[in-house]
Amino acid sequence: MPDTAAENLKSTPLNDLHVSLGAKMVPFAGYSMPVQYPMGVLKEHLHTRAQTGLFDVSHMGQAELTGNDVIAALETLVPGDLKSLAPGQIRYTLLLNEAGGIIDDLMVTRPAEAGKENTLYLVVNAACKDGDFAHIAGKLEGRAQLARFEDAALLALQGPMAAKVMAQFIPDAADMEFMTSRTAKFEGIPVRLFRSGYTGEDGYEISVPGKEAARVAKTLLAQPGVAPIGLGARDSLRLEAGLCLYGSDIDTTTTPSEAALNWVIGPRRRAEGGFPGAEKILNEIKNGPARKRVGIKALGRTPARGHTEIQDGNGKRIGEITSGGFGPSANGPVAMGYVESAFAKVGTPISLMVRGSALPAEVVSPTFVAHRYFKKKN
Amino acid sequence: MSDMRFTKDHEWIKIEGKIGTVGITQFAQGQLGDIVFVEVPAAGKQVKAGGEAAVVESVKAASEVYSPVSGTVKEGNAGLPDAPETVNSDPEGAGWFFKIELADPKELDQLMDKAAYEKFVAEQNH
Repeated sequence: MPDTAAENLKSTPLNDLHVSLGAKMVPFAGYSMPVQYPMGVLKEHLHTRAQTGLFDVSHMGQAELTGNDVIAALETLVPGDLKSLAPGQIRYTLLLNEAGGIIDDLMVTRPAEAGKENTLYLVVNAACKDGDFAHIAGKLEGRAQLARFEDAALLALQGPMAAKVMAQFIPDAADMEFMTSRTAKFEGIPVRLFRSGYTGEDGYEISVPGKEAARVAKTLLAQPGVAPIGLGARDSLRLEAGLCLYGSDIDTTTTPSEAALNWVIGPRRRAEGGFPGAEKILNEIKNGPARKRVGIKALGRTPARGHTEIQDGNGKRIGEITSGGFGPSANGPVAMGYVESAFAKVGTPISLMVRGSALPAEVVSPTFVAHRYFKKKN
Repeated sequence: MSDMRFTKDHEWIKIEGKIGTVGITQFAQGQLGDIVFVEVPAAGKQVKAGGEAAVVESVKAASEVYSPVSGTVKEGNAGLPDAPETVNSDPEGAGWFFKIELADPKELDQLMDKAAYEKFVAEQNH
């Protein structure tokens, strides 16, 4: 077992709770994090899809960006249409470099609260947060000020029972649309709710002051159907839902177009440009990228992991798996990766090189398990 | 079970005459977690002591199963690929991986007996 102190790992405000719940703690992005609880990855995964799971994602970076033209300022760094964000809306977008590569993926929220008209909330990946925040603060110096929420925890409540559980504490939370955010009081504790997540299920992410995080987590875990879920199941859940993991599926060497993320670039941004790498990215949207991220379904039972070589029927290398494993809900191998664009069409037969054998597979949609996000009916 | 021997990679081998039955230990299955895929060797495959002989995968990772001894595989556990969870529920019984005809029984002297293996695991856990 790695020695936390020796490796100088940080811990989240929920560390004692994880240990008391019997979590197996592992180093992740500089933090000691729970990879699984005694229930185990497989059952934690299935529990989240059937009932509801509580995740500690406090290692992620939270910050607010403030400035008189904060939306226009941040649009110079990301390709998302932030001007069209209604108050209370969240947008998934990408920090890009000048070559059109992806520095990180992030959530940008336009708060609805009075007095927050010149503010955006940002949530970025744990492993990238220091770099991201330095990049944003540096590029926008003089236009916007970035303030990190150093002591805020972030919880995720995910699964089909999440809305019912949350409504016991915040009655109108169940009516929030997918990808919206609001402030609320949870048992008297000020929280910011996001109707979002990383599992493909309905649910919330909950930003809470660090010193109150354990109380919120314990209260939620005491509700019927809510179980603590570790990073192991978080990864298999997001993989089945076809969601990218930064550092594996997207990075500075991949462009939005290659990553099949053109949908994050709205029509106005495509027409106007004005984001890093715009010329290259808009050309790729128009003419197609050289390679593309796709879902990959092995026809047998053998899981193919990240870095597995992908070949065409003639033994020619056409790409590589970037994330892969066993999908507990799909009940079989699930994977995503990049292939040359000529092979990116759904249904294309391909081979996966696992331990020296070419295993038959085909290109599929990366969404192995249908998303169940909350949409209001009229 | 004095006829069982163990490797530092957490395989066990149970000897009956010239044939050894090989699997992974209770400790190994606990470390791996929920096992979702197993690949066993075909009869006739030649393996060396410490050489890759089978594959076991949990949700998160793939691991090799190494043969404790050199020899010829007589039989893979045909039922295991369709019920990989057997390795979790009965790792040192029904969850066996393969049977092997030993090329050199003296190789068994290099392996740990149960008491030595238990001590080894206790040190690993420390």
